[in-house]
Amino acid sequence: MTENSERRVVSVIVVNEASVLSRITDLFSGRGYNITSLTVAPIPDSKYSRLTIVTSGSVRVIEQITKQLHKLIPVLKVYEHADLVEKEMALIKFPIAENISDITAFCKAYNGNIVNVGENVFIAMIADEPKRVDNFLKMIKKYNPKEIVRSGAVALER
Amino acid sequence: MRISGAQMVIEALIAEGVETVFGYPGGAIMNVYDEIYKQDKFKHILTRHEQAAVHAAEGYSKASGKVGVAMITSGPGFTNAVTGLADAYMDSIPLVVISGQVPMSLIGTDAFQEIDAVGISRSCTKHNYLVTNASDLPRVLKEAFHIAASGRPGPVHVDIPKDVTAEIAEFDYSIEVDLETYKPNVKGNPRQIKKAMNAIAKAKRPLFYIGGGVINANAGYEVRELVKRTGIPAVETFMARGVLSYDDELLVGMLGMHGSYASNMAMSETDLVIGLGARFDDRVTGKLSEFAKNAGVIHVDIDPASISKLVNADYPIVGDVKNVVKEMLELSSSINSKKYEPWRETVANFAQLHPLVYHEDTDRIKPQWVVERVGELLGDDANISTDVGQHQMWTAQFYPFSRPRQFISSGGLGTMGFGFPAAMGVKAATPDKISINFTGDGSILMNCQELMTAVEQKLPVINIILNNNYLGMVRQWQTLFYDKRHSETDLSVQPDFVLLAEAFGGIGYRVTTKEEFDAALKDAIEKNIVAFIDVVVERLENVMPMVPSGGSLFNMMLLERKEK
Ligand SMILES: Cc1ncc(C[n+]2csc(CCOP(=O)(O)OP(=O)(O)O)c2C)c(N)n1
Ligand SMILES: [Mg+2]
Repeated sequence: MTENSERRVVSVIVVNEASVLSRITDLFSGRGYNITSLTVAPIPDSKYSRLTIVTSGSVRVIEQITKQLHKLIPVLKVYEHADLVEKEMALIKFPIAENISDITAFCKAYNGNIVNVGENVFIAMIADEPKRVDNFLKMIKKYNPKEIVRSGAVALER
Repeated sequence: MRISGAQMVIEALIAEGVETVFGYPGGAIMNVYDEIYKQDKFKHILTRHEQAAVHAAEGYSKASGKVGVAMITSGPGFTNAVTGLADAYMDSIPLVVISGQVPMSLIGTDAFQEIDAVGISRSCTKHNYLVTNASDLPRVLKEAFHIAASGRPGPVHVDIPKDVTAEIAEFDYSIEVDLETYKPNVKGNPRQIKKAMNAIAKAKRPLFYIGGGVINANAGYEVRELVKRTGIPAVETFMARGVLSYDDELLVGMLGMHGSYASNMAMSETDLVIGLGARFDDRVTGKLSEFAKNAGVIHVDIDPASISKLVNADYPIVGDVKNVVKEMLELSSSINSKKYEPWRETVANFAQLHPLVYHEDTDRIKPQWVVERVGELLGDDANISTDVGQHQMWTAQFYPFSRPRQFISSGGLGTMGFGFPAAMGVKAATPDKISINFTGDGSILMNCQELMTAVEQKLPVINIILNNNYLGMVRQWQTLFYDKRHSETDLSVQPDFVLLAEAFGGIGYRVTTKEEFDAALKDAIEKNIVAFIDVVVERLENVMPMVPSGGSLFNMMLLERKEK
């Protein structure tokens, strides 16, 4: 039974307590669900954290993921986003010899900038929709990036 | 009151009304065992293996409806208990399992008997805790009992480091459990219930599909009423045996892989499945795309994740099945049971076409006869546990169950070795009933050390070994699907089961005729000590009928009559 697999963003609000993150990742691995990316940070002035999970699966699988997440005792809320604002950050390290003004111009178009310049390398930062981050990373290949790190997506319902 | 963590465990168990704890001591849990020694409010039963302690707690819970409690030490004590946790998780049995852990200061150092217990139990418990402060213990223990018993029940594991059981802190058990993130929905949506009842009234061939959740929810009485008032035929899952009495005219039988032809055909022909506390397990549905193909589905379950997991529900109702069925009863006057008369006849015809029978066509005792015979002789007076294999299926097929909580078996996990310790727990919970364990010559050796517990604690479980000198169920699959290559399933080499029982101080019988069987059972009941009745049965008998794995319910392999 192959059903259409869709990319989905799920946000989970959990109580900040020991091993809550492993409960969530164990659930995904134990039930064979995908995690494309996962971010987590405490929600300011509360006892909760917010996880943003990018996953994929058929409608039925996504529904199961939401329900199974709900079943975990420390989970307060699960949002399966339909209409959302989604952003991801990336840091890219370039050799100092590359064309820094070109790269800076590109970064600006992706809500970014040069955030660090050293003796041998400089580091650029962008923050945009994951798809646009993909594009950016493709585009800057010709500038010989030495290292790339992506943050995984965070999202908010509109 | 300021007391030690170990004393808190005792006080909490007493406050929860726990009467029996099953367990096995060791270094990390010794502080607690020291306090067990000093108290006389509850009984501790020392099993001879931690797995057995948890299975006994499961049997105790299933027979009594209360939360079962087991206690074990760290490391190997805990890992031995994992099978029990997994078993309870799969069958939604409420347990609180308390384990010792190495002291906080040693956690993470590969200390002696250290294992990441909560890491291991996470995927086979409803919830678990590693307690890092004695001051957390009252809340954690109270939550543990609450979580185990509420919503969809399940095992909760509490891991307590040794220094935490020694630590002194304030103990107040009058605190309320208030879990903002855990509020099971017990009341079904009235509008959905009404819609479901309308669908039933409109249906021509509705069918109750009753699952083990009905037993967990103590909804047996209500479900019997609903079936009676509506006149709608009902099938039971393996886990639901006993919800309807065996002689209920509307009970078609058990469905699924080894269900009756009539039940599986009824499920294939129905136009409305009324699922009550059942979860559409693969052993029940067979090939999903062919399951109840032309039917609408009403699904009542306490666990939202069970609804539309495998089979799409047209009328999903999340709630405690007892509450929901009560509401359905109030609306049941809109249903005219006469309307289903032609459907009841159709179902009766299925049953006549291929009744659930076996043939006595050899000189050896047929295993099914033994089950039937015990049913005739003991009926309602016995609680029936089983191990796992062919004997388990024959028990589910042929025992005349007449009430919920009479049948105790490992359904979801299918754990060989479950039966004997579970039957001890059943006996401890219901001492007025005879506790029978139908077992196999393979299964009984996985936990036969419990003979010692049963002798010491005077738990006179009668283990009836349907001895086919095979790992029979596996042998059956090899016969049917592996061209009779009986790889590693021949158990011709066996212990002397009579001597084995007697070595521990129990009693043993070897039985080859029906007369001997009757005499042995009678004697075992009279002697009132733990017994092995080793019944030599037909070796190559198969459990029939059968839906081959992944096949459709309406395509059953049926019993062939052997030519003499
Ligand atoms: C712990 C465990 N190991 C293996 C199995 C696989 N298994 C299922 S039934 C069975 C055979 C059981 O043999 P026996 O107890 O003699 O029962 P019979 O089928 O012969 O009645 C086996 C090995 C299991 N269910 N549990
Ligand atoms: Mg056998």
